[in-house]
Amino acid sequence: MQLFSHERMWRSHELKSRYDAVIIGAGVHGLATAYYLGKDHGLRDVALLEKSYLGAGNSGRNTAIVRANYRTAEGVAFYDASLKLYEEMSSELGWNVLLNQCGHLTLAHTDSAINGLRVRAETNRFLGVDSRIIGPDEIHKLVPTLDLSRRPRYPILAALYHPPGGIIRHDAVVWGYARACDRMGIEIHPFTEAVGIRMDGQSVSGVVTNRGEISTRVVANCTAGWASKVCQMVRVPLPIVTYPLQACVTEPLKPFLDKVIVSATLHVYVNQTDRGELVIGAEIDPYQSYSMKSTLPTLEQMATYTLELFPQLHGVKVLRQWAGICDMTPDFAPIISGVESLKGFYLDVGWGTYGFKAGPIAGRCLASLIATGETPKLIAPFSLSRFRQDRLVGEKAAAAVSH
Amino acid sequence: MSFLIPCPNCGERSVYEFRFGAEVKSRPSAGSPSEDWLRYTYVKQNESGVQKEWWYHRMGCRQWFIAVRNTATNEVLSTSLPEEKPGGTSS
Ligand SMILES: Cc1cc2nc3c(=O)[nH]c(=O)nc-3n(C[C@H](O)[C@H](O)[C@H](O)COP(=O)(O)OP(=O)(O)OC[C@H]3O[C@@H](n4cnc5c(N)ncnc54)[C@H](O)[C@@H]3O)c2cc1C
Ligand SMILES: [Zn+2]
Repeated sequence: MQLFSHERMWRSHELKSRYDAVIIGAGVHGLATAYYLGKDHGLRDVALLEKSYLGAGNSGRNTAIVRANYRTAEGVAFYDASLKLYEEMSSELGWNVLLNQCGHLTLAHTDSAINGLRVRAETNRFLGVDSRIIGPDEIHKLVPTLDLSRRPRYPILAALYHPPGGIIRHDAVVWGYARACDRMGIEIHPFTEAVGIRMDGQSVSGVVTNRGEISTRVVANCTAGWASKVCQMVRVPLPIVTYPLQACVTEPLKPFLDKVIVSATLHVYVNQTDRGELVIGAEIDPYQSYSMKSTLPTLEQMATYTLELFPQLHGVKVLRQWAGICDMTPDFAPIISGVESLKGFYLDVGWGTYGFKAGPIAGRCLASLIATGETPKLIAPFSLSRFRQDRLVGEKAAAAVSH
Repeated sequence: MSFLIPCPNCGERSVYEFRFGAEVKSRPSAGSPSEDWLRYTYVKQNESGVQKEWWYHRMGCRQWFIAVRNTATNEVLSTSLPEEKPGGTSS
């Protein structure tokens, strides 16, 4: 019976000796880029190289929070466009990505934090994004289990409420894009590592992998925490530092929380999944590293700060803890552009701790840049050259710990 | 993975006593063009492997020092006091 037949999500292929385009890294960004190359531009002779299994990077390690309530006009327009693509994704792919727009609350514990959130609320509303400041009474109505007592340390004074924010099933997004790419004839190559990039004068001419060499005129670097390593292959300098970011998940509990709760002051963000588990995320580790091992001090910190918000959780057990490695830029904004010194080489990196929500629109814009040579307006502020011109974007207030 | 750093003054202590600075870079001379300064400010080697970097022992001797660390494994190979303070030449 059809019901019990197993459908292959994507097929395996021998590596060909040439492709129109090669994408390095099969996280949400590489996959979305491939998907839109195929869908919007009919470019299907594309290979996606992934050194590990699909979603082995941050796309399978994040806390899956999506939202559009950023701080700068550039950021808000961009993330809003991404959220809209996520809203359409399940029907577009015929594959449920379990988007749950349950609402997102960023808490303020100080007057200065309220001011910061107020600026965000105004910018958001001006740009048509549903986002407003609410006081303790309304917070209590939305999240009755939150500790709103007037304690001297970290009292909850107000929140930025963003109803369209929520969570998505990150693995489903990765698998759904991979399946859709496969249906279009785009090749997905797991366990295929790019170890070198060939250049012909000022242009890209190929990729060396552990499974053989490929010739191509287009290479996109979508490798997040490993972005600097791939750029070193072509001597393109990046302003990126790789830092681990950790998260954990608790045992399942009865449903008691149906909003995403974020506190930048406490460096913590919490949501309850459909299965009842609490997913808790931390701030980045305090030192640069490529190690994906988790640490006890960070687990303690996540527990401590979660208990500031929900003291009733004190007996709850942690099931798992993990880390991903994040590509941090100095202005907490990404780099999506070509590179002046090397034709055919593209970047979609610098996604740091906040890039899952941006996957669809970043992929769509990069695909458009690759296919047409024109830079879409939405990504114009995010070029690599901004660091040579000293024109940074300044998204720290909304991106640093808020996810 | 959490790890220990042998402070040149205080000996082996938890990494959480320290503040991570950045990879060691050579500073352009005062009259260098702004291009050099922008490169110095923003470009990072971001080495996956052995790297020389600045650390500060905030919960100890409060000294900046240099560590040689493998950023892929967090193994600290050596530490030493600098002849130069971060952001300035020795006088
Ligand atoms: C704990 C945690 C929580 C987070 N929470 C959120 C959140 O709530 N919301 C949000 O929007 N974002 C969040 N993020 C950030 C988000 O996960 C990332 O920004 C996003 O997933 C990046 O996607 P990507 O496709 O660029 O990178 P990745 O998913 O990391 O994919 C890069 C891929 O490149 C592969 N690769 C590397 N080098 C090579 C090579 N040489 N050859 C072939 N393949 C290679 C890697 O194996 C990897 O699979 C979080 C991140 C972490 C770690
Ligand atoms: Zn010391």
